[in-house]
Amino acid sequence: MTAEFGSFALILAFALSLAQLGLSVGGRWRGSAALSGAGEGAATGAFICTAVAFAALMYAFVTSDFSVANVAENSHSAKPLFYKITGVWGSHEGSMLLWCLALTGYGAVLALAGGSLPARLKASAVAVQGGLGVLFLGYTVFASNPLMRVVSPPVEGHSLNPLLQDPFLAIHPPFLYSGYVGMSVVFSLALAALIEGRVDAAWARWVRPWALAAWSLLTIGIMLGSFWSYYVLGWGGWWSWDPVENASFMPWLAATALLHSATVTEKRGALAGWTVFLGLVAFTFSMLGAFLVRSGVLTSVHAFAIDPARGILLLGILGFAAGVGFVVFAWRAPSLAPGGLFAPISREGALVLNNLFLAAATVAILFGTLFPLIRQALSGDAVSVGPPYFNRTFAPLMAAVLLLLPIAPLMPWKRADLKGALQRLWVAAGLAVATAALSFALARPGQAVTALGLALGVWLIAGTLTELVERARGGGAHAGEVWRRLRQLPRGAWGMSLAHIGLGLFILGAAMETSGRVEAAKVLGLGESMDAAGYHLTLGHVGDVDGANYTAQRATLAVTRNGSAVCQAAPERRFYPASQQTTSRVTICVRGLSDLYMVLGEPRTGPAGQPAWLFRVYWNPWVRLIWLGPLLMAIGGGVSLSDRRLRFGLPRRAAAAPAAVPEPAE
Amino acid sequence: MSLLPKSRKARRRLAAVAIAAPILAAAAVLAFYALGDSVSFFYSPSQAKAAGVPAGRTIELGGLVATGSLRKTADGGIAFLVADHRDQDPVSYKGELPDLFREGQGVVAKGSFRPDGVFEASEILAKHDERYMPAELVKALKASGEWRGQGQTAAMAQ
Repeated sequence: MTAEFGSFALILAFALSLAQLGLSVGGRWRGSAALSGAGEGAATGAFICTAVAFAALMYAFVTSDFSVANVAENSHSAKPLFYKITGVWGSHEGSMLLWCLALTGYGAVLALAGGSLPARLKASAVAVQGGLGVLFLGYTVFASNPLMRVVSPPVEGHSLNPLLQDPFLAIHPPFLYSGYVGMSVVFSLALAALIEGRVDAAWARWVRPWALAAWSLLTIGIMLGSFWSYYVLGWGGWWSWDPVENASFMPWLAATALLHSATVTEKRGALAGWTVFLGLVAFTFSMLGAFLVRSGVLTSVHAFAIDPARGILLLGILGFAAGVGFVVFAWRAPSLAPGGLFAPISREGALVLNNLFLAAATVAILFGTLFPLIRQALSGDAVSVGPPYFNRTFAPLMAAVLLLLPIAPLMPWKRADLKGALQRLWVAAGLAVATAALSFALARPGQAVTALGLALGVWLIAGTLTELVERARGGGAHAGEVWRRLRQLPRGAWGMSLAHIGLGLFILGAAMETSGRVEAAKVLGLGESMDAAGYHLTLGHVGDVDGANYTAQRATLAVTRNGSAVCQAAPERRFYPASQQTTSRVTICVRGLSDLYMVLGEPRTGPAGQPAWLFRVYWNPWVRLIWLGPLLMAIGGGVSLSDRRLRFGLPRRAAAAPAAVPEPAE
Repeated sequence: MSLLPKSRKARRRLAAVAIAAPILAAAAVLAFYALGDSVSFFYSPSQAKAAGVPAGRTIELGGLVATGSLRKTADGGIAFLVADHRDQDPVSYKGELPDLFREGQGVVAKGSFRPDGVFEASEILAKHDERYMPAELVKALKASGEWRGQGQTAAMAQ
């Protein structure tokens, strides 16, 4: 019964999205507050109904109701409760329902909390959001209903892919999807602003919190996914430029560019058209990601829930939504009022340069990701583009962005003195050069790329701190005064600095991990030992362990360094009978920022015929920074979001003015 | 000076283009330069034979792991046959296999042929989903008559 109820709620949500679209369009057309209000009500209703459908699916998973096809294919009665719940979004249908839940959720928040938006803009935005709801809910209802029953229910389910039964992967999709779909509000607001024909500072201020929230969630989502692949896949890699990884990275880059260009639009009213364009692009990339991941057109190690036939439908939705967006953009953008003028050397100029590089990097990744498809279409050859392409195109473009990054916040709006900004950064520059020299000469002799990476990381962190202190010091206040003023800086300033420092930490981690990684593999019998990166590992014993829905071999290793005990490691090799799959559970000894990463491989026979096992050990220096950095970036986004100036529902000075007055430069 | 546009706005626009164009051009050059040796071609054993892939060139070889062909070599590596309907190639690989590697299942190996015709794999592509098959592999298997629908891998592995 619950499944039918859920199906009904899902269809109702689709109908309500249609109503949301129709009523809001009517409300906008007639200027009727009653119709617009009804449209907003429909948006809230669509969310509630989607949530009910989602709850019904979750109930079917928790109670192991195998008469529901999706549950039979992706769950198993012996699975732990936590993974029964997370199995809801472990399949094509379930993950699309999660997507719809996020989409209607954002629509409801837009309808309920967007009180400060002008009525017409809001009605248009709610209408566009409703249109997106119609597309995606329609897809879910008609092509991918997760609540379909099967005629003859199986006794037991197929179970969820064991690799997906992991706490980090379980929470990764909700974050990723809230990030992806958060861009839909930006898309709706961008399209609404084009329809209204006005993109000004006030509009940028409404868009920024949505973009910030979505960007922060997407950052966390990507970080969790990277961490998951690092410790679940058992080879210690954290990024491999796989199409699916790129699919999540492109909207992130577009959103990053958007955050920066929206600042210019907000403060100076300039770059309006470009900001709107990025708003459209960000969600288009989100939809492209949804299509690439599920259609199987590209070969990926992370491919999941593949269904080529429905992939075409998703491509159709993507083409239609993005097509409408860009056609309206092409039609209306020329009529947008030109924004404030600025000199090339100014904070605006620096942010434009940042956007140029980010856009070029995004296009380079897009090209590399889609190249196999282009090549296939042109010559019929099946090809794949390897990581070297992405490293060689992305790294130099990013290096340019990073080089500019600490300079921009020190430059005033409109017209800046480059020399003055650079003079204030001499300490940061000195530290960066010293780091590079030390790394090149001593730590990693002769590795220029590592030296450059570490120098950029230090440059970023030191430069950002310089800017914070400079801002607080003003005309040379003493230490106590600086501290007091630092605490009074607007949250937005702190958020930006935290995010930039986070990026610097990430760069440090990535540079150290990539160059300093040590790998060792050895077949060990009981009592035998191996050495890796200064650590000494001795195999104690190997025993069998029974898990909830798997059996495992567990090895116990004693890890010592210079004779003193470091940790006890217990890597496992698990076998899941329900899906006939073997997975490895790695053990990581965290040593400060670095990891000693141990994997139990397959059983072998030793030279004397005794049982032995293959062990692989990785030493990953500073690898923790690769996730701590993005975490700090997301925290920075959150701190920015809590800034008074961006808080929802507060009256805004510029909102009432016909043409927004740019805020004075800070 | 007379070549420059007169209005301030047009000059600014010109400056913007003058800055943007080299960056975008550099990015494009970078992309095409980097693409050159990052692209690897995908072949099934019979396609590789037909194309006459020279020894030493990095390609991706895809097919099914021939049932009964997997063996461990004395030096700690493994050897198996990758087959499509018409041909098969011996593959040698040193290193840990992905968890989902099994006989009878689809596989994509990255590496190059040795002069003696053995495919030396440097990487065996891992995947998360036992139901997933790379698009190229599906196409190659279909072309050689080996394809038996999406369910085949699960069925053959039992």
